[in-house]
Amino acid sequence: MSYTIKVNGTSKTVDVTADTPLLWVLRDELELKGSKFGCGMGLCGACTVHINGNATRSCVTPISAVGTANITTIEGVGESAVGKKVQDAWLALDVMQCGYCQAGQIMSATALLTRTAKPTDKDIDDAMSGNICRCATYTRIRAAIKQAAGLPTEDKREVV
Amino acid sequence: MSPRDIDRAPRSQGAVSRRAFLTASAAVGGGLMLEFTVRGASFAAGESSAPEAAAQLNAYVRIAPDGIVTIAAKNPEIGQGVKTTLPMLIAEEMDVAWADVRTVMAEVDPAKYGPQFAGGSLSTPFNWDPLRRVGAATRQMLVTAAANTWKVPVDEITTADGVVTHAKSGKKTTYGQLADEAAKVRPPDLKTVKLKDSKDYKIIGKPIGGVDSPLIVKGQPIFGIDVTVPGMRYAVFEKSPVFNGKFVSGNLDEIKAMPGIRKVFVVKGSVTQLDPGLYNGLTDGVAIVADKWHQANRALDKLQVKWDGGETATRSSAAFRAKADELGPKKAETSLKTEGDVDGALKSAAKVLEARYEYPFINHSALEPMNTTAHFSNGKLEIWSPTQMPGGGKTAVSKALGIPEADIKLHVTRCGGGFGRRLSNDFMVEACAIAKEAGEPVKLVWNRRQDIQHGIFRPGGYHFFKAGLDAQGKLTAFRDHFVTFSNSGKVAGSANLNATEFPATFVPNLDLGFSMMPLDIPTGPMRAPQSNVIAYAFQSFLDEVAHAAGKDPLQFQLDLLGEPKPPTINKTPFGEQKGFDNGRMAAVLRTVAEKSGWGKTQLPKGTGMGIGAYYSHQGYFAEVAQVSVSKSGDVHVQKVWIVGDVGRQIINPSAGGNQIEGGAIDGVSQALGQAITFANGSVMQTNFHDFPLLRMNQAPKIEVHYVLSDNDPTGLGEPAMPPVVPAVTNAIFAATGKRVRKLPIDTSELKTA
Repeated sequence: MSYTIKVNGTSKTVDVTADTPLLWVLRDELELKGSKFGCGMGLCGACTVHINGNATRSCVTPISAVGTANITTIEGVGESAVGKKVQDAWLALDVMQCGYCQAGQIMSATALLTRTAKPTDKDIDDAMSGNICRCATYTRIRAAIKQAAGLPTEDKREVV
Repeated sequence: MSPRDIDRAPRSQGAVSRRAFLTASAAVGGGLMLEFTVRGASFAAGESSAPEAAAQLNAYVRIAPDGIVTIAAKNPEIGQGVKTTLPMLIAEEMDVAWADVRTVMAEVDPAKYGPQFAGGSLSTPFNWDPLRRVGAATRQMLVTAAANTWKVPVDEITTADGVVTHAKSGKKTTYGQLADEAAKVRPPDLKTVKLKDSKDYKIIGKPIGGVDSPLIVKGQPIFGIDVTVPGMRYAVFEKSPVFNGKFVSGNLDEIKAMPGIRKVFVVKGSVTQLDPGLYNGLTDGVAIVADKWHQANRALDKLQVKWDGGETATRSSAAFRAKADELGPKKAETSLKTEGDVDGALKSAAKVLEARYEYPFINHSALEPMNTTAHFSNGKLEIWSPTQMPGGGKTAVSKALGIPEADIKLHVTRCGGGFGRRLSNDFMVEACAIAKEAGEPVKLVWNRRQDIQHGIFRPGGYHFFKAGLDAQGKLTAFRDHFVTFSNSGKVAGSANLNATEFPATFVPNLDLGFSMMPLDIPTGPMRAPQSNVIAYAFQSFLDEVAHAAGKDPLQFQLDLLGEPKPPTINKTPFGEQKGFDNGRMAAVLRTVAEKSGWGKTQLPKGTGMGIGAYYSHQGYFAEVAQVSVSKSGDVHVQKVWIVGDVGRQIINPSAGGNQIEGGAIDGVSQALGQAITFANGSVMQTNFHDFPLLRMNQAPKIEVHYVLSDNDPTGLGEPAMPPVVPAVTNAIFAATGKRVRKLPIDTSELKTA
């Protein structure tokens, strides 16, 4: 079946079955390999994209549910001022280890900062806990989100 | 875009390729396992179509006329940062500005590069000296070229940031301008080349960001799973849920009729026995080759196969536990080390402690599932694979498929996590077997269930400890009967205990031994193999012993370590290595106590601090965890203080810090929730809901410090991980009075209301 979807501002037509997950449309039909496959069940967040600005797990989103919504992927997120700031902060703090999950992390972080310009640690926990980093770069992800938000990057969470 | 294109394209400014291949003749550095000459086609294979430019000075370095220096990174990048760190060593001694450096993944050629793998935290100790020498030799070739051109003495020439200067005559030029001439210079002897004083370092010791990171933040296709080759199909490979189960029958025709499915066939396995070495085998499976991966993966829902699991189908976690409890109280089948008279010392002890510790199998769960792309054509095989052990992969593929290694070309891609899983190349062998049968390029990608269930597991184990204390609370006797697993009658991969395990040689009466249970399921190295669980068991039990002795656990351990004594020197296949140095261990313990406020911090009820220390991979780490336990038993690791000693120099503090932070959180993640369990020979877990990895909201604060000791630098990928687990479990004891003798931590046992 033919679907026309809007990805990073451009309309793309693909011929796939209705239950094809958006992730695989992006990766294997449109050759946008930035969104990653991790679990296929919406558990790890490696596949996170924005659908109308909301962080969405593309591995459990069938193409038939996308309609004419605006899809933004890691390949396009740098076009927004917030997305660019997040990418820059990720590089400035050298967040990456293996880097496999980081596209999803950046997408979730950008969605958070677009909604909440100055997030608290709790906001960060809530927005980011759907994204697994197997290398456990959480310390630097937290700091990079704060850096992108123009907040002090030191981990000030209370320890009693 | 293939990985080789990626290595070339995005970071280079101007053409970086090769022009002249100059066969500098002198083979040098024999003992360094380096081939320092250029022999035909060189690193970054597949660039023959690139425009002409740069000169190749040796196997590692080429220089373009614009001064851009391209350095080959010899070992696989799995997130530990070696694609950045190893080239830093060369760049430093070359005296080139890091901004002018590009790095590419080296081709797989042990004749040129020596051992090429990512494991054992060995990239640093193996390459610290040799790669600096490569850099220094390369610089010397450039300086010699300048001296020859200007007709001035070599020792009057200075270099800085890729610029060569002869102050007396005021002459100045760049590496880029000298490269062609330098490539003709006879390479100097690597053994005698002069190295910089560390005070002059401009690159080593600086926090330098990962070279691939600018690509990662933009989602560029640099991982194995991103590889695309023309005409490629996608495959899944379904194996028996019981390891090495044989294919009996299946509804393959029904699957063939599904949309997008091109081919469905059985691949016959060849595994006859499991050796303790790295598993690289091929077992029976059904290959489904489709136009798109999700079509192949979706077809698995309909696939019905009858497997014969044989004897292995009787294996279960419950049976292992029962058998371990039967064996544990008996005498160990095999003795590892006996000193003094443990039985006698226990009889005369003022206090005897006994405890049984248990930990589970776990899966590596690299976030990028196992995958490989392969193309077999006209007797030649081309492979693109995220592997930690490329040489082993090539050999395994060659053996399994009967293709000579000379006819196999392997491109190593960036790995989306390794943790030891990709030291085994079973996935590579499978992809190649499927591609050979399919007759077209195929990308095999495992789904998460397959990745979790067909792991090369970190083995579980059981420790039956006994300890004796004298009236003064001094440890006089120590025994561990380790009940572990065997494959083919030998200790299963990474399921062994070392005879040197602390407190061996630090207690007068000691007995370490083990007994085995047949497993028939592959196990192998996971980040800090053995250490990642031995540290938990031993350091937790020693904490128990300290409390029983009425002593502070830190002081107890320091007393046990005693006065510093010179470490033994061990001969290893890789040269001489220093053995355990109790002085270095005591120093990191004292420092972590000071940094964490050990014994000086008033903590509320339900909150406690625990300490753990461990020596592995030549690194010394002591860690303190502060943990709170709620009335409902929920465990919150608030903060971890980490002090490490990996020698006099942290090569890249950014990558190094990342490894330490990640290693510690990895340990917390394992302790809090991870277990692979078996029933009827099959793994019961399927995805991250039942095999949980730690998430952002659970990640503790981390504080890292180094003790810089006068030793050559060693690796950071592993040694920070082991001590965090006992630090956490000992903190739970401090917080609740309850001892965690089984992993993962069972919060229901910590409930107080």
